[in-house]
Amino acid sequence: MAVPAARLPPGPPLTNDEILRYSRHLLMPEVAMEGQQRLKAARVLCVGAGGLGSPVMLYLAAAGVGTLGLVDFDVVDYTNLQRQVIHATPDVGRRKLESAAEKLKALNPYVALRPFEDRLTSDNALEIVRQFDVVVDGTDNFATRYLVNDACVLTGRPNVYGSIFRFDGQASVFAAREGPCYRCLYPEPPPPGLVPSCAEGGVLGILPGLVGLIQATEAVKLILGRGEPLVGRLLLVDALGMRFRELQVPRNPECPMCGASPTITALQDYEAFCGVRGEEAPAGVEVPEVQVEELKRRLDAGEDVVILDVREAHEYQICNLGGLLIPLGELPRRVHELDTSREMVVHCRTGPRSAKAVAFLRQAGFRKVRNLTGGISAWAERVDRSMPRY
Amino acid sequence: MTIHVPAPLRSFTDQKAVLDLPARTVGEALAELVARHPELRRHLYGEDGRLRSFVNLYLNDQDIRYLEKEATAVEEGDTLSIVPAVAGGLEE
Repeated sequence: MAVPAARLPPGPPLTNDEILRYSRHLLMPEVAMEGQQRLKAARVLCVGAGGLGSPVMLYLAAAGVGTLGLVDFDVVDYTNLQRQVIHATPDVGRRKLESAAEKLKALNPYVALRPFEDRLTSDNALEIVRQFDVVVDGTDNFATRYLVNDACVLTGRPNVYGSIFRFDGQASVFAAREGPCYRCLYPEPPPPGLVPSCAEGGVLGILPGLVGLIQATEAVKLILGRGEPLVGRLLLVDALGMRFRELQVPRNPECPMCGASPTITALQDYEAFCGVRGEEAPAGVEVPEVQVEELKRRLDAGEDVVILDVREAHEYQICNLGGLLIPLGELPRRVHELDTSREMVVHCRTGPRSAKAVAFLRQAGFRKVRNLTGGISAWAERVDRSMPRY
Repeated sequence: MTIHVPAPLRSFTDQKAVLDLPARTVGEALAELVARHPELRRHLYGEDGRLRSFVNLYLNDQDIRYLEKEATAVEEGDTLSIVPAVAGGLEE
């Protein structure tokens, strides 16, 4: 299959220093001098400097991609270090772009870095994406994924896609010439709350490395115009079984974005499209809240309050308030274990799962049920500082 | 036939990743799956009773939307994969 190369101009010559640095590439006929010059001329935009972005940026910089654009507005958090290997312990609290740029500069001073310390939005995406040849999607939410996809289709840039959950990953190349786009695969996002997120499920720290390096490999192949790109194929990575499966993703002729007669011709409001607002609980159901200080006071006063913990059993082991444990997924079939007449406070780690549980319970006829604002994390922060946070 | 359940939906199948069940069509396989694990229903079907658009189903490596959808015939040895949209994302 002919490769839809990323329309790269012939690259600039390499200095002697660069020739030595990239000698193991230059010795390969698939890269050689011409390929290395293509890499040097290439401009790759990495959206997100997190789990997927870390290996993507490190390896593309090491491989000699001439210009690396980075988009991220976040700050390094202690819980990021388990998988976001471009950041180190002393970087906690620093801006991710600053932390990443420092590592990339040290790794390869020949790479020009183009940081964008912004959220990618409908207002800036086209202008940013146009400055690059290939886009690598290392984002963590549906709104940005659809935005990246649409911006890539509208500007004709290939979108190297990867996503992860627990031990499972997905990778593909969208918006390449002749290939499908992300909307061909998933015409619309799931409504908020129906798909568990990584915070509920967790993610194996190594998995973004595995999937991110598949993305980096695809980006390099697109630049070199070599091999068979993951166009029209969705690669499923099952790290637990260590099995890689491949599904066919044909271009959808009726795709609203890249089909024969597209109905989407400009960027949209992706937050609205993905229903980001009102994510906390199902619409139309009131979720009364209670603060951790009030709960503490009432428990200390010996009041009769049932604490319902809707996290998973392995989270309960980390820390708990001694509540009754019924994971959110089991609540519908175990609701009979609860007493509608007693006052109840429901909590999870930070609040969203318990908000869903409260909405469910109220619809099931429970009236004296409230959600613990901020969950057990707020309790650990404001009531019991000796409790571990996670 | 064999059904592959993805990680995000395994909390509704007692953590089973792979199920073997008898079926003549994709629709029958799904009906048997939700009969065994009723909490999966709302994740696979909308309130209108139709398959949700963000849950893709592949018979072997083919998207059933491009075959005969739920009427697609299945044979012993076929694999049906449920592949929901996953964003990544670490916010709770």
